Amino acid sequence: MPMSSISSIPSPATNGGRAILLRIAELRAWLFLLILVVFFEAWARIVYGTSFILNPYNLQSIGIFAVAPLLLALGQTFVIISAGIDLSVGFTMGLAAVVAAHAANLGPDIGLGPVPAMLLGLAAGIAVAFVPGLVNGWLIAHLKVPPFIGTLGMYGVARGTAFLIAGGTTVPVANAWFSTIGNGRIAGIPTVVLITIIAALAMHYLLSQTRFGQHTYAIGANRNAALRAGIDVRRHAIRLYLLSAVCAGLAGSLYAARFAAGAAQAGEPLLLDSIAAVVIGGASLFGGSGTIGGTIAGALVIAVIQYGLVFIDVEPFWQFVAVGVVIIISVLVDQSQRRLARGRQDD
Amino acid sequence: MTEALLSVRGLSKRFGGVQALNGVSLDLEAGEVLALAGDNGAGKSTLIKAISGVHRHDEGEIRLAGEAVAFDTPQDARARGIETIYQDLALADNLSIGANIFLGREPKRRLFGLLPVLDRTHMAEAARTTMARLDFHVDRLDAPVSTFSGGQRQAVAIGRAIYWNARILIMDEPTAALGVPEQRKVLALVRSLKAQGKGVIFISHNLGDIFAVADRIVVLRRGVKAGERRTAETDADEVVRLMVGG
Repeated sequence: MPMSSISSIPSPATNGGRAILLRIAELRAWLFLLILVVFFEAWARIVYGTSFILNPYNLQSIGIFAVAPLLLALGQTFVIISAGIDLSVGFTMGLAAVVAAHAANLGPDIGLGPVPAMLLGLAAGIAVAFVPGLVNGWLIAHLKVPPFIGTLGMYGVARGTAFLIAGGTTVPVANAWFSTIGNGRIAGIPTVVLITIIAALAMHYLLSQTRFGQHTYAIGANRNAALRAGIDVRRHAIRLYLLSAVCAGLAGSLYAARFAAGAAQAGEPLLLDSIAAVVIGGASLFGGSGTIGGTIAGALVIAVIQYGLVFIDVEPFWQFVAVGVVIIISVLVDQSQRRLARGRQDD
Repeated sequence: MTEALLSVRGLSKRFGGVQALNGVSLDLEAGEVLALAGDNGAGKSTLIKAISGVHRHDEGEIRLAGEAVAFDTPQDARARGIETIYQDLALADNLSIGANIFLGREPKRRLFGLLPVLDRTHMAEAARTTMARLDFHVDRLDAPVSTFSGGQRQAVAIGRAIYWNARILIMDEPTAALGVPEQRKVLALVRSLKAQGKGVIFISHNLGDIFAVADRIVVLRRGVKAGERRTAETDADEVVRLMVGG
């Protein structure tokens, strides 16, 4: 056989069937969402004789259910794509909620009007999140602590600190404007939902259209390749954990606004929800893949399950079972997707 | 006489008590493939690491087209057109060919003259033309490189180097992990680089590959140059004798 030219191999990407299967696997979160909505819609029509999805009250409730898990999941998406994990987000959110509540209450004491005091509270919740974010990043990037361990340590530190600052109880906010942000509406849409939509759009832009996003994917797939390409991998890691913490800080501030109170345990159940949203959304815990669009769908799947089960009057504990089952199915799909992707042509 | 593209004179490198490299000299011309042969521990890796900026040598001189150079980092060497393709290729498997070529220096454009976004069209176009120079025609430019075969991925790593104007490519065992048909394609790539006037240093354990593509062979043994032959004027037996000594 003569020396063959490199062009003689067809590009395997033309292998149509496999490409379509991969695409479906990528879109699995939206598929889950569709199935769930169809199920609850059918239930509503048959049992209650009403519509589930065409009811604005239901849509608003699902949106509000999705706010905190999605905000945590947005930052978590970046961290997981980089082959890391952030276990501290739940209590970073609690810490932010408590600090936001205290700061809003402090406003009048330092001569601020109600609106500046409200803004001070929101800003303080986000600002305090810089501390766990930077410490996580420093531990992981410079001291080479595995992300699982470093952020697990921060989970404990943030948890304890939040309860200490809160004095072991919830911190009520005496600021009417705070509650206006948390429960108000703009053009009929809850303000917290609008803020979350803006945050999601910004994160989508950051991940899909900037060097920062591109480098996040590269580091997750092959840290050495990123290093050799001259990317400052350590600085990038610090920014990733900072980003995740700031998302949690925003979630904490909005929590305090919605309930007019800060609570250390505000985000306690949300850590798993945030990871679940990212994984259901098609990201791999091994790093290198994931999208903000997928994460949004993943968070909506969780919110629809949680709200839908209340809607059909099932015992609320079933939601844990349902979310767990969806996570397991997602990971199974992810694994078969990997097997497909690995089946590259080796001639 | 014109200056060689790369000229190494009396290069020595010591790691603690081990003399890894002892007074090695070689020349590489543009459009030439120079094979580096030698047993494990002969000093091949130390030599290429000195040339590519990973290690600083203790004695001797490296000249690029007559100009003495000293590299502190691989980035320094790369900036002067010396690119090393390691066995692991250093590709981000989840990204496209274009994204790999531009990794770390992605081009941007402005959306509506305002919002800066990655210029994927430019990256894809550069990927298409660069890969075409290597006679590798891709139909799906957005496919992640994980979907390509071993030889094609090798082509992507080489394409990245030549896009950034590498003049000297150092290839460390490029055929080692590949099946026979893929090995042939990599050898075809090396010939194509030669035809484009690049200087190639080709490290291999496989004498068949060496004789198939190299113009000259430099044999190292225990850190010294055991011999240098034109491929046309030697045979495998002689090269093996030089490698093992005696």
